[in-house]
Amino acid sequence: MTVDAPTTPRAPAEPAPRESHARRWRGPGWGFLAKLALMALVNAFGVMTLLSAFRVESWVVFSATLVLLLAADVVYFTRRSLPLKYLLPGLVFLLVFQVFIFGYTAYIAFTNYGTGHAGTQEQAVEAALIQGERRIEDSPTYPLSVVERVGELGFAVVDENGDVLVGSAEQPLEEARDAEVGSGGVPTEVPGWDVVPRTTVITDAELQEQIAGLRVAVSEDPNDGSIRTRDGSSGAVYESTLVWDAGAQTITDTTTGTVYTANDQGSFVAEDGSALPTGWYVNVGFENFFRLFTDPALAQTLLSVTVWTFAFATLSVVLPFALGLLLALIYNDARLKGRRFLRTLYILPYAFPAFMSALLFRGMFNAEFGVINDLFFFGANINWLGDPWLARAAVVWVNLWLTYPYYFLVCTGALQALPQDTLEAASIDGAGRTRQLRSIILPLVLVATAPLLISSFAFSFNNFTVIYMFNNGGPAIPGAPYALGATDILISAIYDISGVSGGAADYGLASALSILVFAVVGGISAIAFRQTRKLEEFQ
Amino acid sequence: MRKQIALGALALTAAVVLAGCAGGGSSDNGDSESDGSGAELVIWTDEEREQSIADAAAAFEEETGATVTLVQKNFEDLRNDFIAQVPTGEGPDITVGAHDWLGALVAAGVVDTIDLGDKASEFEPVALEAMTYDGQLYALPYSLETIALVQNVDLVGAEAPATWDDMIQKGLASGAERPFVINTNGETGDGYTMYGFQTSFGAPVFVQDDSGSYTAEVGMGGVAGEGFATWLGANGSAGTGYVSTTVDYDINNELFNTGKAPYTIQGPWAISAYPDVENIAVNPIPTAGGETAAPFVGVQGFYLSSQSKNALLAQEFLVNYLGTEEAQRALYEADPRIPAWSTLATEVSSDPIIAGFLASAQNGVPMPSIPEMGSVWDLWNAAQSQIIDGADPVSTWNTMVADVQAAVAG
Repeated sequence: MTVDAPTTPRAPAEPAPRESHARRWRGPGWGFLAKLALMALVNAFGVMTLLSAFRVESWVVFSATLVLLLAADVVYFTRRSLPLKYLLPGLVFLLVFQVFIFGYTAYIAFTNYGTGHAGTQEQAVEAALIQGERRIEDSPTYPLSVVERVGELGFAVVDENGDVLVGSAEQPLEEARDAEVGSGGVPTEVPGWDVVPRTTVITDAELQEQIAGLRVAVSEDPNDGSIRTRDGSSGAVYESTLVWDAGAQTITDTTTGTVYTANDQGSFVAEDGSALPTGWYVNVGFENFFRLFTDPALAQTLLSVTVWTFAFATLSVVLPFALGLLLALIYNDARLKGRRFLRTLYILPYAFPAFMSALLFRGMFNAEFGVINDLFFFGANINWLGDPWLARAAVVWVNLWLTYPYYFLVCTGALQALPQDTLEAASIDGAGRTRQLRSIILPLVLVATAPLLISSFAFSFNNFTVIYMFNNGGPAIPGAPYALGATDILISAIYDISGVSGGAADYGLASALSILVFAVVGGISAIAFRQTRKLEEFQ
Repeated sequence: MRKQIALGALALTAAVVLAGCAGGGSSDNGDSESDGSGAELVIWTDEEREQSIADAAAAFEEETGATVTLVQKNFEDLRNDFIAQVPTGEGPDITVGAHDWLGALVAAGVVDTIDLGDKASEFEPVALEAMTYDGQLYALPYSLETIALVQNVDLVGAEAPATWDDMIQKGLASGAERPFVINTNGETGDGYTMYGFQTSFGAPVFVQDDSGSYTAEVGMGGVAGEGFATWLGANGSAGTGYVSTTVDYDINNELFNTGKAPYTIQGPWAISAYPDVENIAVNPIPTAGGETAAPFVGVQGFYLSSQSKNALLAQEFLVNYLGTEEAQRALYEADPRIPAWSTLATEVSSDPIIAGFLASAQNGVPMPSIPEMGSVWDLWNAAQSQIIDGADPVSTWNTMVADVQAAVAG
């Protein structure tokens, strides 16, 4: 007799968690190998970046790379963080392209980075000393050899009489007896010194730096100047007029006695207000932001530019959307023959590069030679680009031309996705076409397109290309600072103010402005997206 | 699997981007200084000059054992990239550049002085003057460029008109649609092209001191400047209409090329846009205000980075390899502009067109290279454009001068 052993109730069959492809080691294990190879590449790039960041002492990049690299390894080699495996690349992109750039812009906004304030104070001092060291005007060019003795570098030169003089940083030039001058005219043998071969001089970077920095006094009197070489084979007498005192943070001009003191604005300034050309960048706090509001000329012009920017962005969304929707409704009618072909034609302006179109329109709107006046206004001399209001109308027109095909596309898509049964039901209930349009079609199309309209608004707000290529913001507002024009929107105004094109750039001020624009666009978009939720009630 | 690859590729791109942030491109930079023969010069150049620099570099590489790496960039990007990257240690040792960048480069502290020694006498004086800032030479010049009066010989002959009125008379007599055409860059205004006429009234943009260096004192104000503004207004849309804001670079060249205008003011770069004009003569710009018309002269050359780790090698390359007639000739052939090397300039002047531009350049003044010039262009161009369009000349001009003075004072 067999008694069935009481079987312990089986635990409800718990399916083993499915292993990811990249971890599973069945068959040839390709998934895992592929992952390993890719991660090896990522790590290789990461380590390379770490090394180069380390070498240039760029600690922010170094630590960011380190964190990201560690995160990548942890995420892809542990079991626990499955969702992160999918999120990490996106997060990295967000950090690198958005957060980093925004953070950097914010950082620049609080500095005076720009023309005259591009490097560190150390570099500014170095540049000042370079600029202050001058060749004595009547100094001849001496043939020169670099010489060396027990770790000390020196110069041997041939003077006007053919005598060889030798000296070093500590020891002024003195005549070297029994020295020989080679066929190249430079000293080849100097007793007590080893002549450094020319190939060594110009190919050893470390030695080059020492030689470029070496000054050999001409005599015991420092006012006689000192010999320096620019190419390692000839020398001339130079005189340094500026002296840097690191303790007192001053640069003194020895010829005039002027003392330039480092100030907290990143410049060396003398008591009479004159400054050395090279400064360095410093943190200036909120000064750039204050300037926007305290400089009356700038504030007033920026106000009118802001008003126009809003008008331009709004018109650039509303008009093309209205036109695109209208055309979409027309071309959605099944009775129309050749719809596909015609629809394709309407895409053309959208497919054509916007900056080219803007350039072409610039020519077409030309008062004297443009086809618009010739064809549509009987050759009248209407100055489209020279009159502020006409220029604004022309810009809006150009942008309308450029963007309505986009809305045409979007609206066509939305119309074709409409629930046909709802529309049928409506017509059975006796709703006319206008009633259908007003109560069903428009709300449903709006639900589908509202987010696009908001992002279009943000895009138009910053649509630099069309303004810049069409008429560069012109015509200029008389007396406006930075020659801001009637059609300048904020982003093109920032470009003018930053001065990059003119060569006197003020990146700090431009960054401060960019942040304000970001705040405005971001704020409006946030509010608008919140509002569009209401539209969804229709669904 | 496909997703894995995509993810990996994304992460990889991110790593590359980060490497880029670190100024990565480490292959561009001379880091291989370990052994003696490993010295490397990095030179930024634009497309036109790349080959001729490479030719000069080949001899240099052979004789010194150093390597020369050429990095090609857009000419327009060179200045800002140089200013941005030299302080980070990522810049080149040498870059090609225009002389009017010099003020900004000096203010940024990114350029080193150079010493041409005896070679200095081989260059055109105006080229060295242009590359000199505050008494110091900062670059090896190699070409000059300027604008001049370009005329259609079949319509008005080759003889140079002495004055503006003389030119207009001849232009009207030629029977062409317009006696004269000048690019105003459309509504933007073009103070550069108009500058010869402005200086003929004695109104330079900045005052030059005794040594020829520009000071920050604006010279456009006063009676001379008002005289120019009045003249400009009288020839604008409210007056004769000879100067019009409807003319931009392309329209200007079209009008001249089709014979609708017998005279224009243009640079050598526009000559190729006149294939239909059989006989072209180039002459100095006629005077409108009585004094010599002095257009801007632009000079291009090679700058040395102040942070270069190979300063001696770079000087050696500049002075002894690029500063030779052979190398200068190669540069001229790659990109034909008036050479800054005197003997070469004389030689190429056998071409009457180049001789015309050279004659105009000899009347000219270097374009100011002081950083203050950056604050001038937009305001200056806009005021000219407004005056041409019919705004009151004197008050518009004086407002502009006041604005420029305020901008320059910072």
